[in-house]
Amino acid sequence: GPRRMYRKEKSIQLKSGSAALYNNLSVLRLPGRQLACFSAVHGPSLSVVSAAADGLGFSHRQLQAKEGGMAVSTSVLTQAAWCVLPSRVLLVLTSQKGIQMYESDGSIMVYWHALDITEHPPAQAVFARGIAAAGGRFVCVGTSSGLVLVFDIPPKGTNITVSEVLEQHRDAITDIAAELGQAPDGAGDLVTADDAGTLCVWSTGEEFALLSKIPAFGFTCSSVKLWNGIVAAGYGNGQIRLYEAATGLLRAEVNAHARWIYALDVAPQTGKLLSGAEDSFVHVWKLSRNPDTEDVEIEHCHAECVTDTQVCGARFCDPEGNSFAVTGYDLSEIFRYSRA
Amino acid sequence: VMNDIVTTMFNKKFMEELFKPQELYSKKALRTVYDRLAHASIMRLNQASMDKLYDLMTMAFKYQVLLCPRPKDILLVTFNHLDAIKDFVRDSPGILNQVDETFRQLIETYSCLSAGEFQLIRQTLLIFFQDMHIRVSIFLKDKVQNSNGRFVLPISGPVPWGTEVPGLIRMFNRSGDEVKRTEFTTDGNYVTPQREGSFDLYGDRVLKLGTNMYSVTRPVETHMSGSSKSLAAHAKENIAPNPLAKEELNLLARLLGGLEIKKPGGSETGFRLNLFTTDEEEEHAALTRPEELSYKVINIEATQEPGRRAELSRILGELEVAEPRPGSPGKGAALLALMDGL
Repeated sequence: GPRRMYRKEKSIQLKSGSAALYNNLSVLRLPGRQLACFSAVHGPSLSVVSAAADGLGFSHRQLQAKEGGMAVSTSVLTQAAWCVLPSRVLLVLTSQKGIQMYESDGSIMVYWHALDITEHPPAQAVFARGIAAAGGRFVCVGTSSGLVLVFDIPPKGTNITVSEVLEQHRDAITDIAAELGQAPDGAGDLVTADDAGTLCVWSTGEEFALLSKIPAFGFTCSSVKLWNGIVAAGYGNGQIRLYEAATGLLRAEVNAHARWIYALDVAPQTGKLLSGAEDSFVHVWKLSRNPDTEDVEIEHCHAECVTDTQVCGARFCDPEGNSFAVTGYDLSEIFRYSRA
Repeated sequence: VMNDIVTTMFNKKFMEELFKPQELYSKKALRTVYDRLAHASIMRLNQASMDKLYDLMTMAFKYQVLLCPRPKDILLVTFNHLDAIKDFVRDSPGILNQVDETFRQLIETYSCLSAGEFQLIRQTLLIFFQDMHIRVSIFLKDKVQNSNGRFVLPISGPVPWGTEVPGLIRMFNRSGDEVKRTEFTTDGNYVTPQREGSFDLYGDRVLKLGTNMYSVTRPVETHMSGSSKSLAAHAKENIAPNPLAKEELNLLARLLGGLEIKKPGGSETGFRLNLFTTDEEEEHAALTRPEELSYKVINIEATQEPGRRAELSRILGELEVAEPRPGSPGKGAALLALMDGL
């Protein structure tokens, strides 16, 4: 048969299995230090693994979800992601109680934001979820009531403040993504997604502006990415849809997975798209724009079946998309793959 | 026995507590409630058999939650459970009515939840079951579970209702016209589903998850070895002092307040159910159960308040009831009858 594009590499061992949560893998590359860091949520704790480029050295760290003021119940983490800003990198954790921000190695907590329980209707789950660095200056985090909190991050220190609260979503935020490539004019540089499947495209700055709203079609959007003005959205019915960020127009529809999609990622230098779902499959696709017609195109490159695993996290490990990593529910390792 | 257990489980007060919006119980709290329910009739189980029964229930339910095609299907699984229970008590209209009442409450409370909300419920349940890999004979035999304790996830069969079979890519121009169409293939072999399961009080659920695993005679062995190391992370939860003891005890007091324990005595002959083939095997299992897999039922001595302690002593009281007279019915028959309830 045709030669497979990627082959499996040595896994990274974790101390416990990953939780079945959307976008449950974050990867930070430190090329200057020949290191890659991986983090996956396990429930009340986060596993952070640093791996040397030669694949031989590993160090592990565990971070715990911070309890609320009155420790009446343990808190569960919903997501964790590294936010890369021009002057610093923060590791952001979201939980049922609030938002924790650490220095990138997880050594020091620099900021804690408690969720206001009274803002939520009684008997509803309360949590923060959806994390992205945006506009070279902000970290945006979503909440279960549909709010998006915009945090203004100083180049160093702990003087982090809430600069704005975006109130366009009526359902729990699932994912937030910033433009990873070059935005065409008027395309905006941030997209937010929610449980109902509604997407909002924003332009960031002192004041964020809503540019377009992409309506839901009946399924949760669990993961979203923005690249060169193209919104890539993964849904609960297994579809990936591509939209123009500037106008909100649908440009492509892919019957990609047989189960709920849990993670999408984009390799910004090549436009490769990665998708992972509960159906055990991870797919690699190629996004492009036809220079003559300006039509958006997507083609399938590679299918990987992660046997007996419901994939919950998938990320490229380099900007070209020559390697990627995968986490799965109950799987106590991070699977890695690279170009054959 | 069946009537007693079902009556106790579906009594109004207990159901009222369950339907209150609340956090998921801790493993200890759930196990305590389970122990209590299992003693709602004249039947008794020793620690080892109780542990095994709980293991079977846990792994079976984990399987059902994990394999739901759509998150909303966890409601269909629950309806399958209730349909089977209604069949067990079909000759007792009073108890049947209780179950139907709960059925109606489930429909009223959950029918309007969105798919995203159901997925959150499912994800929360999956966190509860994380790192549990006890091997169950019937699952191993049916090739539903691997020898490493992981469940088999098929990549063939019907896709969930509302999902398309993977393969088609459609691209549109700015006017919304389809301008290109391509297909991709994978090792998966999926087909379109025929119909959706019913969410009404009566109806064909279509989904087989949650139906009686033991409708044909089946083995009930479970295997511990190899499961213990993955539970190391959870060992801490059982051994470290529990700062939530007070909150949990309050919850338990409310839950258990509605559960009446039945004491054998008088003209009723109690019997002891043993899930192992001999009494010696049961004793051996109790002695050799790995530490990480032992379920520590809540220790009421952990509470400091004398008033609370006294009240709980009254409610929890005699979990150690006097052993009923020996003379259990044929082990096979009692075992099958009880297993039908899973």
